[in-house]
Amino acid sequence: MADEKRTVSEPAKPALWRRPAVRSVFFQILLVAGIVYFGNTIFQNTLNNLEQRGISTGFGFLDQEAGFGILMTLLPFDETHTYGRTFLVGLLNTLLVAGLGIFFATLIGFVMGVARLSRNWIISRLATIYIEIFRNIPLLLQILFWYFAVLRPLPGPRQSLILNDTFYLSNRGLYMPSPVYEQGFWLVMVALGIATVASILIARWAHKRQEATGQQFHTVITVIGLVIGLPLLAFLVMGMPLSWDFPVLQRFNMAGGMVIIPELAALLVALSIYTGAFIAEAVRSGILAVSHGQTEAAHALGLRPGSTLRLVVIPQALRVIIPQLTSQYLNLTKNSSLATAIGYPDLVAVFAGTTLNQTGQAVEVIAMTMAVYLAISLSISMFMNWYNKRIQLVER
Amino acid sequence: MSETDNTSSQSQASGDVTIQMRGVHKWYGQFHVLKDINLEVTRGERIVICGPSGSGKSTMIRCINRLEEHQKGQIIVDGTELTDDVKHIDQVRKEVGMVFQHFNLFPHLTVLENCCLAPIWVRKMPRKEAEAAAMLYLEKVKIPEQAKKYPGQLSGGQQQRVAIARSLCMNPNVMLFDEPTSALDPEMIKEVLDTMIELAESGMTMLCVTHEMGFAKTVADRVIFMDGGEIIEENEPHEFFNNPQSDRTQLFLSQILQH
Repeated sequence: MADEKRTVSEPAKPALWRRPAVRSVFFQILLVAGIVYFGNTIFQNTLNNLEQRGISTGFGFLDQEAGFGILMTLLPFDETHTYGRTFLVGLLNTLLVAGLGIFFATLIGFVMGVARLSRNWIISRLATIYIEIFRNIPLLLQILFWYFAVLRPLPGPRQSLILNDTFYLSNRGLYMPSPVYEQGFWLVMVALGIATVASILIARWAHKRQEATGQQFHTVITVIGLVIGLPLLAFLVMGMPLSWDFPVLQRFNMAGGMVIIPELAALLVALSIYTGAFIAEAVRSGILAVSHGQTEAAHALGLRPGSTLRLVVIPQALRVIIPQLTSQYLNLTKNSSLATAIGYPDLVAVFAGTTLNQTGQAVEVIAMTMAVYLAISLSISMFMNWYNKRIQLVER
Repeated sequence: MSETDNTSSQSQASGDVTIQMRGVHKWYGQFHVLKDINLEVTRGERIVICGPSGSGKSTMIRCINRLEEHQKGQIIVDGTELTDDVKHIDQVRKEVGMVFQHFNLFPHLTVLENCCLAPIWVRKMPRKEAEAAAMLYLEKVKIPEQAKKYPGQLSGGQQQRVAIARSLCMNPNVMLFDEPTSALDPEMIKEVLDTMIELAESGMTMLCVTHEMGFAKTVADRVIFMDGGEIIEENEPHEFFNNPQSDRTQLFLSQILQH
């Protein structure tokens, strides 16, 4: 009887607990409840602990006076500024080293990645040696190497290596003249602006003319001439409204001028070289992923190796390179927090270090610092994903 | 200037001969791929090259545009001798088109951009002019309506016809075909062969490595049989198929004509 009924009507519904959909909802509820309970426990626990130690929660400490100095600041800063200001100073220092690091690492990476595939035996061998050495030594060690083994042993300020009475290299850093803008310098900036706009227009016009007539225009030379020539003219017309503040050797240290501190130099060099080695490998794998037939077809059409690389191979290789490049950029940004090991005043050293020690506001400080890194990383990630999507679209 | 004068006078001296290979040898390491190849191709001649796999036929035509280097002997294309000189190689590659077994279209560029790339960057043609020329050739291979598509959106036969159009856009004097139909489904072979036959009838100098014996019979002026890196036999198609001279040619023909 039951069998007959089953063949004509819908299949009988199994008991509630044997249906996959019901089961999955049940376990999901269980999981969420567990996470909420766990989070709540930690939160309550922290509140209790802070209360017991008499630490007040909240972000009020950001308005208090910091009372300590920072080695290198992009904003004016001294002991009387607030803890909030230390956050900003640290953040800018982190962004500075990460931005420069990404720039140089990309440059080194692309050059070395292409060089490793070079048909020139010496070039490819040198690139291989570079990659294998710097990829396989811990980054912290490399930072310490550049700082303690290369830059610290430089002579003291009084025995600076001096070039032309302008550049002073010592274990306090590289001192150089800083520009002082005098009245009338605005015209030079205006000239630079005009030259830039004109260059863009000329480049567009040259591109259009190439499309229409095939004539090539020496855009690069013209643009260089414009961008240098026009401001130079304005500079001379205004009677050279620029002077230099030269660094001067004083009793114990240098005064005046600009300085690149050894902490920044060591961190930047280590980050760029270390990450550059990984980017080189990404570039190499991307280029190798493009089939050899593509190169052959381009060569058969008469394209030179350089044009082949630029027009055929790299555009296709980028699809492979970009995702790896993204993760290397993220690594570099996060690795910049190793600055704390040599005392470069980045966000971690200044804010999650000194400020945290002085205020004891561990939860707030750490949370803010983590949020910053998260925000930087997500921004980089979003930008790279957008770029990746854009070049993917061209594909199909 | 003297370079070009030199080249043109040489080509006049060699008369109607487009490609000359004299005593060409090539080795891959220890392996002797090409042994004493001697070949003369006159302008407008259609040559089919066949032979068992590994006989060096692809390698031979790839030497003609220097995708492969020969180690001994002379190869002269349109009066320009292929040496290490980059200028000579550029010169020859401008004049010699090639179609590959696996099409090798550029997947990141549209069909039209594929066709225009070399005319723009090698011949320095204005884009508009290059595009107009490309559309003409795409019409010739009967797919002008696909110009804005990417290669991945086309069938194999269509892709190979685009590849032929792409080569023709450079206005070559000679076309090399390296097994152009071997990677195609049977029903697509015909459309590609039809395109090639039309090209042959227009007077193009062609060297085709192929196993399409029907094609050889209809268009070839000469069929060349290679084995073990040597040219074993060359003859006009009728004689070649009906009256093969060497045992190896007979064996090869019996194997491929069986079905």
